[in-house]
Amino acid sequence: MSVEVCTSYDEAVADVADGSTVLVGGFGMAGMPVHLIDALIRQGATDLTVVSNNAGNGDTGLAALLAAKRVRTVICSFPRQADSWVFDGLYRAGDIELEVVPQGNLAERMRAAGAGIGAFYCPTAVGTPLSEGKETREIDGRTYVLEYPIRGDVALIGAHLSDRMGNLVYRKTARNFGPVMATAARTVVAQVDCVVETGEIDPEHVVTPSIYVDRVVPAGAREEVPA
Amino acid sequence: MTTSQTTSQTTSQTTSSPRTKHEIAAAIAADVAAAFPRGAYANLGIGQPTLVADHLPPGSGVVLHTENGMLNMGPAATGDEVDPDLTNAGKIPVTELPGAAYFHHADSFAMMRGGHLDVCVLGAFQVSATGDLANWHTGAPDAIPAVGGAMDLAIGAKEVWVMMTLLTKDGTPKLVPECTYPLTGLGCVDRVYTDLGTFEITRDGVTVRDVAGTTVEALRDLLGPAVLPG
Repeated sequence: MSVEVCTSYDEAVADVADGSTVLVGGFGMAGMPVHLIDALIRQGATDLTVVSNNAGNGDTGLAALLAAKRVRTVICSFPRQADSWVFDGLYRAGDIELEVVPQGNLAERMRAAGAGIGAFYCPTAVGTPLSEGKETREIDGRTYVLEYPIRGDVALIGAHLSDRMGNLVYRKTARNFGPVMATAARTVVAQVDCVVETGEIDPEHVVTPSIYVDRVVPAGAREEVPA
Repeated sequence: MTTSQTTSQTTSQTTSSPRTKHEIAAAIAADVAAAFPRGAYANLGIGQPTLVADHLPPGSGVVLHTENGMLNMGPAATGDEVDPDLTNAGKIPVTELPGAAYFHHADSFAMMRGGHLDVCVLGAFQVSATGDLANWHTGAPDAIPAVGGAMDLAIGAKEVWVMMTLLTKDGTPKLVPECTYPLTGLGCVDRVYTDLGTFEITRDGVTVRDVAGTTVEALRDLLGPAVLPG
């Protein structure tokens, strides 16, 4: 079974519906699928919930999606940064909802979604404002907080290589949330530097197996800039 | 690691002229670096704790973990070394050392939460006498909350060390009977490195590990009996 290799970024995100939960890979700009986000802006889907570590850097990528007013809610660990002026402005104006999640919980909640786990007890955030109102349980003398999965309708991630099956390899710390998000969304789209022939990636080196990946878009694909 | 080693490091902090903020942070970072067990797996929080890397002695064997998915992170990248796909937790371009490994975010935080890191070093607004940590949010109504990996690190590493100045700009102690800022973690801090001395926090309370340019009695006066009983 081969992955769908798209010839344009726009084709890869054409079916994202209004109101979708979109998992967006990247830690800062490393691993951020900027071309897919740009295509999503052109596509026009709105009222989105975006799950990503940050809430946009500078004026491109996720920041541009926020600036286009397509995002109702951001679920992230670290929205406030030196270059997060787009998010800061929307948040202070009351134009965007924010759920702050400890970074490890963000990853583990998506891992749980992808692994079929209904919920899990986690020691992070016990006794802090981020666990207020959540169920807790003492296990072997330690207190844990009940955390629920985060599922995506679509995941947009960045990777280094894909083969024609959709097996993915990442580069350095650009791997970050990609492999986790790839398991946690119904439709997974990866922006990659290069698509190689099946068999060219050593099976021992595959990080995200093809079963998780629906579409890949190689660098240099078309960007359908409206006339 | 012995107390005498640490003490010999801290004496170098004592200078007659007022030190800049950076000099103070560098001196604290040097104390922390000198106390790392050989070959420790360690995470340095963003901000001032990253300075600790500059003070690790050659051959320390310390392996640095960065939350965004890497072990054996090297120094900051310069010139041609800069690669947008290789950054630290503060999004600064860094390098990799031989023996480095990359992994995804769920693994990176499992590593933390699972108690595999020997030490993490974090900054703080406040630390309480029972080891509660407040370092993520001032609680100010107009502040945008951002926690990152601080809560996961605080409860995960085998040892949590804080580095901070002991006093705020207006002279208020940051080692307090009870934190007034929103908490990052409960009872998680084991040691506090400051410009005026190093403190151990155990089940039995706070003790002074060493002093820098002051005395235990003066620290007791400064912090009060609720923090440092006589």
